[in-house]
Amino acid sequence: MTRLITWPLDLLRLLLQSMGLAFGQIWANKVRSALTMIGIVIGVASVTSVIASLTGLKMNVLKEFESIGANRIFLWADRPETGPQKNASWQTIQFTPELFDHALEYCPSLQYITRYAHMEQTVKHDDVSVENVSVIGADSCWYQVENRRVQQGRPFSLIDATQGTNVCLIDVDLQAKLRLDKECVGQTIQVGSRTFVIICLLEPRVEGMFSGGGNSGHTFNIYAPFNTIYRITQYMTNVEAAARSPAQSEEARAELRFFLRRERRLTFDEPDNFRLQAVAEIMRSFDQVAIVITMVAGGVVAISLLVGGVGIMNIMLVSVSERTREIGLRKAVGAPPSAILLQFLVEAVTLCLVGGLIGLLFGQLFTVAVMAAVTAAISGGKSGVAPMQATVPLWAVGLAFGFSALVGIVFGMFPAIKAARLDPMEALRHE
Amino acid sequence: MIRLENVRKLFKIGRERIHALDGVDLRVEANEYVAVMGASGSGKSTLMNILGCLDRPTSGVYELNGKPTMQMSQGDLARTRNRQIGFVFQSFELLPRLNALKNVCLPMIYAPGGWWGSQKRARAALERVGLGDRVRHRPNQLSGGERQRIAVARALVNHPSILLADEPTGNLDSRNSEEILSLFDDLHREGQTIILVTHEVDVARHALRIIRMRDGRILSDLPRESDPVIARAGNPAGSAP
Repeated sequence: MTRLITWPLDLLRLLLQSMGLAFGQIWANKVRSALTMIGIVIGVASVTSVIASLTGLKMNVLKEFESIGANRIFLWADRPETGPQKNASWQTIQFTPELFDHALEYCPSLQYITRYAHMEQTVKHDDVSVENVSVIGADSCWYQVENRRVQQGRPFSLIDATQGTNVCLIDVDLQAKLRLDKECVGQTIQVGSRTFVIICLLEPRVEGMFSGGGNSGHTFNIYAPFNTIYRITQYMTNVEAAARSPAQSEEARAELRFFLRRERRLTFDEPDNFRLQAVAEIMRSFDQVAIVITMVAGGVVAISLLVGGVGIMNIMLVSVSERTREIGLRKAVGAPPSAILLQFLVEAVTLCLVGGLIGLLFGQLFTVAVMAAVTAAISGGKSGVAPMQATVPLWAVGLAFGFSALVGIVFGMFPAIKAARLDPMEALRHE
Repeated sequence: MIRLENVRKLFKIGRERIHALDGVDLRVEANEYVAVMGASGSGKSTLMNILGCLDRPTSGVYELNGKPTMQMSQGDLARTRNRQIGFVFQSFELLPRLNALKNVCLPMIYAPGGWWGSQKRARAALERVGLGDRVRHRPNQLSGGERQRIAVARALVNHPSILLADEPTGNLDSRNSEEILSLFDDLHREGQTIILVTHEVDVARHALRIIRMRDGRILSDLPRESDPVIARAGNPAGSAP
């Protein structure tokens, strides 16, 4: 009865004592232990840094998409690869402004839709001129689609939109570049040969890692009503739409596709002559790809943990044969085989766990370095971009530790069993 | 206390079969002081190992304190060694990285409930063998005699019913040997059962009962006074007349 009560305590005591012994043993053979642990250290470091870098990258990319707007859908005309229209002229394929007149009526999941026209012009104000400014024609709801905020002035009015008046929105960057007054709303600028009235000042776009493609390389944007620009270029570049919510973007995409196919009179067996890309969809497929990559990379580097485990087994076998007399003595003074087994198992696991801990620290360092390098590579040396954040996720810490403990148990088992089975007399006679 | 009946131990080395023990009958009662003598190969070490539950007989009966040991598992044998038997070896077998106290604590690690007061008990055991001031010393900082006394303290710390000593003075000079043997005499006087294996007459004469072995059999089993060799050599100084 008393044994029933005391055995968990005895087991705990044995475990603690084994751990003490294990640390003593590791400390007594510092160099050897360190060399043995290298395998585990590298294994854990690579597992955790790969996982952390990938999850960090994924998080950052998804955040980037989030900032573009997870509910956004991009549309553009595209010649199909098969079907009767595969050699059709661009004139028959391209979007026409009237095409989207009824889009919002027929697509209930859609909140906003804006057409785009585009040209590049030199913009002048007094003596200051800026070349290659993107002049973007958009519908009045575009700033809701793009999520841009107004600092001063007013958005396009219905009259601006329908009449195609020469009004424009500029952002503060261009305002500074053109050396406009602080209160520039109402002033005029020269866009090519035309004069535009500034009606609105926009806050600069939030610079992201991947977005802001138009803004990077220091090109400037000004925005004008769609009809104004379309009248000049007679060319509609693309369309952007926003679903009512990211969750509805799949529905909105389907609705838009159905709407467009009907409007463009495509028969059921003809392929689309346009393309739709929903941000939510890209995010989802990116997420899936990231998971697969994480798993594959994690699996590949986990093999290095196995290699480390073989090192542990090797050193444990050496340790058992070196300490044969000690094992014999312990058995003689009453250590049952289970206690010897536990002692060597705990020693192997301790080696692995210490290696795992060091590996985790190195993994964290690697991760920081990798993220800094990736950030530098993506931003192309643009200064002021904050480095991507990536921390080793908690589950990866658990995984690394669990795996190293497992490696310790699996690879420590054989030497431990060998030690436990030693005959006490023969062990004592061992030289 | 100890009962052996027709105990045999067979070793197979290649095709050869060696009867290390060839039918041994033996009884040892509490507080006896027995010396087992014999040339090497006489089976005395095998007998010792069987008595110490380090090994099981091939056939025959071995009862320790009324409990048969033949069917015991390795774990049960280990427990029996831990509680009932204290070993003293020729080469001390101390763990070099542990100090005297930790070495003496070793058997208590494997005893149930040995957690509490184990340091105190180890210290008491060291004081019993006269090493109360060497508690923190490591074996390599001590003389051979002191090392063997640590080993004796380790053997006694779980209060075993039998102290088994295998050539305890084999690695010691005569002065240190005498020290250890007088410690054994004291322990015996206090009621400890002692069985020691030796081939030295000077050592054996400390025991009260002399068993001589040859070819795995007991040749003679006599009180010290009746053993021809020891009786001729006379009584050792310091022990009882």
